Amino acid sequence: MQIQQISVFLENKPGRLAHVAEVLRDNKINIRALTIADTSDFGILRMIVNKPEQAHEVLKRAGFTVKQNVVVGVEIADREGVLFDIMHLCDERGLNVEYTYSFVEQSSNKAILFLRFEDPEKAVEIFRASGYTLLRDEEARKL
Amino acid sequence: MIWNRDVETLDRASLAKLQRERLSLLVARLHARVAFYRKKLDAAGVRPASVKDLRDIEGLPFTDKAELRETYPYGLLAVDPHEIVEIHTSSGTTGKPVVDAYTAGDIDVWSEVMARTLAMGDTTPADIVQNAYGYGLFTGGLGVHYGARRIGANLIPISGGNTARQLAILRDFGSTVLTCTPSYSLYLAEVGREEGIDFAKLPLRAGLFGAEPWSENMRRQIEAELHVKAIDIYGLTEIIGPGVASECERQQMLHVCEDHFYPEIIDPASGRVLPEGEKGELVFTTLTKQGTPLLRYRTRDITYLDRAPCGCGRTSVRMHRILGRTDDMLIIRGVNVFPSEVEHVLLHVQGVEPHYQIVVERRDQLDCLEVQVEMTDELFSDEIKNLENKEREIEAKLASALLVHAKVKLVEPKGIPRSEGKAKRIVDKRQV
Repeated sequence: MQIQQISVFLENKPGRLAHVAEVLRDNKINIRALTIADTSDFGILRMIVNKPEQAHEVLKRAGFTVKQNVVVGVEIADREGVLFDIMHLCDERGLNVEYTYSFVEQSSNKAILFLRFEDPEKAVEIFRASGYTLLRDEEARKL
Repeated sequence: MIWNRDVETLDRASLAKLQRERLSLLVARLHARVAFYRKKLDAAGVRPASVKDLRDIEGLPFTDKAELRETYPYGLLAVDPHEIVEIHTSSGTTGKPVVDAYTAGDIDVWSEVMARTLAMGDTTPADIVQNAYGYGLFTGGLGVHYGARRIGANLIPISGGNTARQLAILRDFGSTVLTCTPSYSLYLAEVGREEGIDFAKLPLRAGLFGAEPWSENMRRQIEAELHVKAIDIYGLTEIIGPGVASECERQQMLHVCEDHFYPEIIDPASGRVLPEGEKGELVFTTLTKQGTPLLRYRTRDITYLDRAPCGCGRTSVRMHRILGRTDDMLIIRGVNVFPSEVEHVLLHVQGVEPHYQIVVERRDQLDCLEVQVEMTDELFSDEIKNLENKEREIEAKLASALLVHAKVKLVEPKGIPRSEGKAKRIVDKRQV
């Protein structure tokens, strides 16, 4: 129930993101969802890709600092109020969200909310008990 | 104004005689009282009685900074410990600090040479001296203090920092002479301007600036902005602090107080004394110092000497403002910073590899130190807060070791240029 995520350290200078994209293209790796968090000095690129292990390896070989870790992908209806429901649940159950980003499926009216938790196992348990459908790793690779 | 006309305008032959006598006495004293020097002199085959001529100094052993550390804290004392009345140390950024222990006589000499220095900025008892050098173990604050007291000027011992207060005192008390680092004077000018202070209308007329490298361009800027005459002063803790050399009002090279501090210029590689006018490493012998006298101390500063008479009437040898260093020491806001110390700190931070670069810039007239550290797998996290915490952790460790704030910036691996396998450690972007 936990999705593999690739994080890449990027210096704030021109061409760095382009270089990541180039490496992924050359290795035929498809990006499903991405987000960048940045400070004045650096950024952290986080992505869900179809081939995370391979992405990790090729980016590392290209000289990037790369980390693979897990996020939880929650299927939600693509309508107003849903984000509140999820955050409210997290709040109630004492789940600390480190960060989140989302992805809207083209073929359905569903969206996927990716959430990074300090304790992903506990999060998975709580979301399932509350009736949410969680994205499986195999599904994430096929999005 | 010449403070001590008898000495400062002494004819060169008489000055040489005075130096020769003082050198013989110094060598005899060191041989008799300091085991460290006795060993060195014996090893060099020097008998104190044989040191009769100034040229004989070339056969005497050098002293270097590493030796000062090895003898820390009291190994170089040439008097009984109870004769020491005051101690100063260097910032000690590369391990143990360098100790200067003063007897009452040393403080007297210090007051004298600093009075000479302040008089070169025409300081008289009628002046109000705002002393913005730091007070404490750093020699800047108390050095100026003793000199101003000797002259009998009205001294304001405000010490460093607190810019708003500096400006208020400058304006309200009508300070006429300012002493601080040159970069701080420009910072004062800038903040003063923002507060609407018109320096042209203030009584301030002279500034004695030192403790960091600066240039003619900076002098012109300081003089234009603060409406003062800007005088370059030079000194180092090992020798006495400020008071070793200073420009006179003609602002053409720095007069060395050579009746107390005998200068030589050597080839840093061979140790050979270079002919007058050639650039090399500046070496000092403290002819009169009692507490911790030094023989041929290698400053690692690069300059040259000129014995041509100065139009001011002083006969002392002059040194050019410092042209560089023989090592990679940086001077940041008056504090000596060595790249080796930065490396030492980084090696003790979990996950950090010794790939770093030090970038120095002058922003808003203040020297800023940035330490770029390469990201590693171990350091990296997908969460911003973890990386920022790591930066803060390294910054705190650097600050306590260097005694000056350094901003830490995480960069991509191999982001630091390597040339011939060796990283370029320092990028000094200061345009001084």
